[in-house]
Amino acid sequence: MSIETPMRDLGKGKKANAGDRIFNRTITGAAFTSLIILAGITVFLGAKAGPVLQEQGLSFLTETMWDPLGVPPEFGIAGMLYGSLLLAVIALVISVPVSLFLAVFMVFMAPPKVSKILTNLVDLMAAIPSVIIGLWAFYVLVPPAQEWQQLLNQYLGWIPLFQNESGNFTGTPFIGGVVLAIMMVPIVTSITAEVLKRTPPELVNAAESLGCSMFTMLRYVALPFGRGGIVGGVMLGLGRALGETIAVFFVLKLVFDINFYKIIESGGGSIATLIVSKFGETNGEYEVNVLLASGFFLFLMTLVVNAIANLIVARTDRLKS
Amino acid sequence: MEETVVAMEEMGVDVVAAERESQTIEMSAKGVSVWFGKRKILENVNMDFPKKTVTALIGPSGCGKSTFIRTLNRLHELIPGAALAGEILYEGQDIYRQDVDPVHIRLAIGMVFQKPNPFPSMTIRGNVLSGLKLSGMKRPDHDALVEQTLTSAGLWKEVKDRLNAPAGDLSGGQQQRLVIARALAVNPHVLLMDEPCSALDPASTLRIEETIRELSKDITIIIVTHNMQQAVRVSDYTAFFLAEENQPGYVVEQGLTTEIFGNPRDQRTLDYVNGRFG
Repeated sequence: MSIETPMRDLGKGKKANAGDRIFNRTITGAAFTSLIILAGITVFLGAKAGPVLQEQGLSFLTETMWDPLGVPPEFGIAGMLYGSLLLAVIALVISVPVSLFLAVFMVFMAPPKVSKILTNLVDLMAAIPSVIIGLWAFYVLVPPAQEWQQLLNQYLGWIPLFQNESGNFTGTPFIGGVVLAIMMVPIVTSITAEVLKRTPPELVNAAESLGCSMFTMLRYVALPFGRGGIVGGVMLGLGRALGETIAVFFVLKLVFDINFYKIIESGGGSIATLIVSKFGETNGEYEVNVLLASGFFLFLMTLVVNAIANLIVARTDRLKS
Repeated sequence: MEETVVAMEEMGVDVVAAERESQTIEMSAKGVSVWFGKRKILENVNMDFPKKTVTALIGPSGCGKSTFIRTLNRLHELIPGAALAGEILYEGQDIYRQDVDPVHIRLAIGMVFQKPNPFPSMTIRGNVLSGLKLSGMKRPDHDALVEQTLTSAGLWKEVKDRLNAPAGDLSGGQQQRLVIARALAVNPHVLLMDEPCSALDPASTLRIEETIRELSKDITIIIVTHNMQQAVRVSDYTAFFLAEENQPGYVVEQGLTTEIFGNPRDQRTLDYVNGRFG
């Protein structure tokens, strides 16, 4: 026969003091607020998007038209969805190497003073309002960028990517991508630098004692260690690129047709820019709802990108541990 | 301290052989002083490291032993503000000469650190071969190299069936032996060990000490240790470092381990090796 001692009630019934209680509730409330806002946005967009999608059918996502005055009015945002992705990819291709090099320089190569100044500059760059970047790009970046694109077309025109038949090099996805890249660089750089700074010194020591060069140390030690965090930083930047409105509005010529790959041909798409450029001149409430539905799909797209990023980060983290 | 000598002989330390080998000098420090910024860490260290012997560097914390050992393979210079006076000779040549490639020095003079530091993103095999990747060194027959170095480090039997497992799966003592194998894979002539057992349990410590004795048949070993018994067990020569408060460290006494522990000339050495301070 075993003697059982009664189980104790741990911590229950213990009264937290009033200060703690108020603090706990405030924090819990704040935490839930973010969830409620997120849910609110989803429900609002979903409710507006539902009827539009029902009326327009799947062609809303696969067609390329904008006919608010037709009978019935017809809309298709395929060009915009694809355009948003294309811009993001261009921005990614330009900004990731630049950010990586900049972060490596700041963390491993620059003298401490220079590194500090650079860190502050990069943070400052992240704080520039996008409308300023857009205006700057419109007046300062676009003229020389036209010449770069002409050169690209002249020497690499045999690559389909750099074809241009119209001779018009303004308002191209390339310029839009460059502007987005400028906005991504500070985000990606600052996160990458933060991650690289955490490379354990004992691993760097080990690599040094094995006769590493800067390049091999980065390739085999620092980058594998920081992979998850760096991917996370890139995805955060990508989220900004997908959703950016105003800066792109200044430099991209919005066309509804899909511009599949001719990145230096005038005209491209972007959901966010579509919304901001059409919102002021809508023909009735239905078109507003169509814009909101477009927003819904932009929201979905960023959600998917973030989910993929989380998956990648989780996977690399698992491999490490 | 008669027991010490007896203990050494029981451990299989051949004192006579050690003396015989001392004819050829592998490395030596000539008038070495070291600074970090304006702070002087070490004062005028002169020391010879005979080929295929084990030299223990002992002394209380903060007396510059670890700093000294890091000057021997040019890791010291990677710390911002580090400066050095004097010469470190390896095979008769100053390793700090302008035309010497520090990578060659670091490959010839390997290092094992206090905390086991295998690369976590690599497998056991990958860790052993990592020096080849990091330095761009070419060596034939990687499979044989992995087996040979892991055997030398006393780890082969434990890991031979799981060479592709992550290095993080190993225990602390195994990781430290893996790190020794990693250092051996680039074929060094000298191995520097900075308190290699301070993070390990007694059984793992013993294994590492056996490994050290075994390795010293082929290479020269310089080991920093806080463990007096360890110095007695593994080393042929001992140097005793000391630093007064806010003063640079210096060598009080150096010589055969049997002398330092059995018949020290300096009172401070006697006090230290008998555990009266530090």
